[in-house]
Amino acid sequence: MTSLHHVAQAERDAHRARYEQLRAEGQGASKQALPTVTARSQPLPTGALLHHEVVPGGWYHATRLIRGETLRIVNTTGTSTVSLMAWSVADTSERLHLADTMKIQWSISLCKGRVLYTDMARVALSVTEDTSGSHDAIVGPTTPASMQATLGPGAWRNSRDNFLAAAAKLGLSRRDLHPCINFFAPVSVGAEGHFSWRTGVRAVGDFVDLRAEMDLWVIVSNAGHPLDPALAATPGHIDLMRFATPPSPPNDACRTGSPEAARAFKLTQRHLRNVTTEHAA
Amino acid sequence: MTTPSRIALSATHAVLNEVIPARTPWSHVLRRGQTLRVIDTEGQQALDALFYSHPNTAERYSVQDTLREQGAAYIALGTRLISNEGRLMARITADSSGRHDTLAGCCACESNAVRFGEATKYQHSCRENFVLELGRHGMGKRDIVANVNLFMNVPIDTAGDFAVVDGISPPGSYVDLVAEMDLLCVFSNCPQINNPCNDFNPTPVQVLIWDTASD
Repeated sequence: MTSLHHVAQAERDAHRARYEQLRAEGQGASKQALPTVTARSQPLPTGALLHHEVVPGGWYHATRLIRGETLRIVNTTGTSTVSLMAWSVADTSERLHLADTMKIQWSISLCKGRVLYTDMARVALSVTEDTSGSHDAIVGPTTPASMQATLGPGAWRNSRDNFLAAAAKLGLSRRDLHPCINFFAPVSVGAEGHFSWRTGVRAVGDFVDLRAEMDLWVIVSNAGHPLDPALAATPGHIDLMRFATPPSPPNDACRTGSPEAARAFKLTQRHLRNVTTEHAA
Repeated sequence: MTTPSRIALSATHAVLNEVIPARTPWSHVLRRGQTLRVIDTEGQQALDALFYSHPNTAERYSVQDTLREQGAAYIALGTRLISNEGRLMARITADSSGRHDTLAGCCACESNAVRFGEATKYQHSCRENFVLELGRHGMGKRDIVANVNLFMNVPIDTAGDFAVVDGISPPGSYVDLVAEMDLLCVFSNCPQINNPCNDFNPTPVQVLIWDTASD
């Protein structure tokens, strides 16, 4: 049994004051400084394309992103939600952590200028471009149960099974699957916590650019969203473009967007110096 | 199934009655049909909770399956805790405080350093508790899934703002959970002193178990 040490009142007051200051900044200045959405017409940097993958509706794709590479995910037909998981190549017990991603950024909203954290509070991915700002980190992937609830009895393709299959091919198992992010998923949370889907928000050609800040295994699944009122057994295809970008420069919007991000990039950088990577740092 | 009875759930009939001291981990296998009560004895104390199917721990609590099925973001009376295999693990059958979190995760030395500054890195945290307790059951860091935070208040406003705020659990607040499968419960009585989840002052939590379902 640990002895109980009640914290002195002065220390409690100091911690509360610091917390309220951080919260005011996180939900004030940091939020207001977020960049505006990207134009759907913005092209890839010339000559940077490394690979273009077309993922049919209902299917998945696994790829390794090297630090400094960016993955563009395009909602080509406007009918897709793209679910994503990611792990550190160097140590797959380090993986995307959506609770910390929301908590550290004081928001459930993911958009251009935000970053996605790992469970070690390092930066895995930066959201460097984003045309919609309408993504969901809460409701999770389609599953056999969610598909049957929407479409009736049947062995429907779904993101849960896609993640299991794709992870297995990386030597990972169900124990490694973590809560996923759903891109192109305009989910709102009401006053009492109830979810709703904002119709008319997704559009043809919406895309998001995710820049790898460490070497990552990434799985994306193109198999719908549980709350999508227009959910089809087979959504349209999506386009994935992996392209070369420089590692984030010191004045990068994601790196400087908040005091938390600045600290996280610094700690990530310090860690990666000790990890062998395939590119010249 | 027995008839619900408040009298039956008295401390004298409990098959387990323990205090989890402030800042410490705890684990126990709850059998199907048993009721677990967690009491926030001094008030405003977060308890971070992980649940695994016993003995097949690859099946475990899933925040996204749970929230998708209930269509709402908070844990409250009537919430059905769902596993990663889409199966019912447990039900919340009583709740004196009204709202609990399952989206804000657990504290860790590493995230504390990013959230509150590097000076807070060398402070005890829930992840330390979880890896130590999970290790006793043959599990490790990758088995720490998104957890339930009993008595932790993390409202989401309509602008999407999200923050841990002061708890709404006065001293003696309690939550009852009935197991719908054999459940390994792994808890961390949260040591966090950098945000309001414990009123900046970690305190003990009491757990009781009865052999009957509370409803």
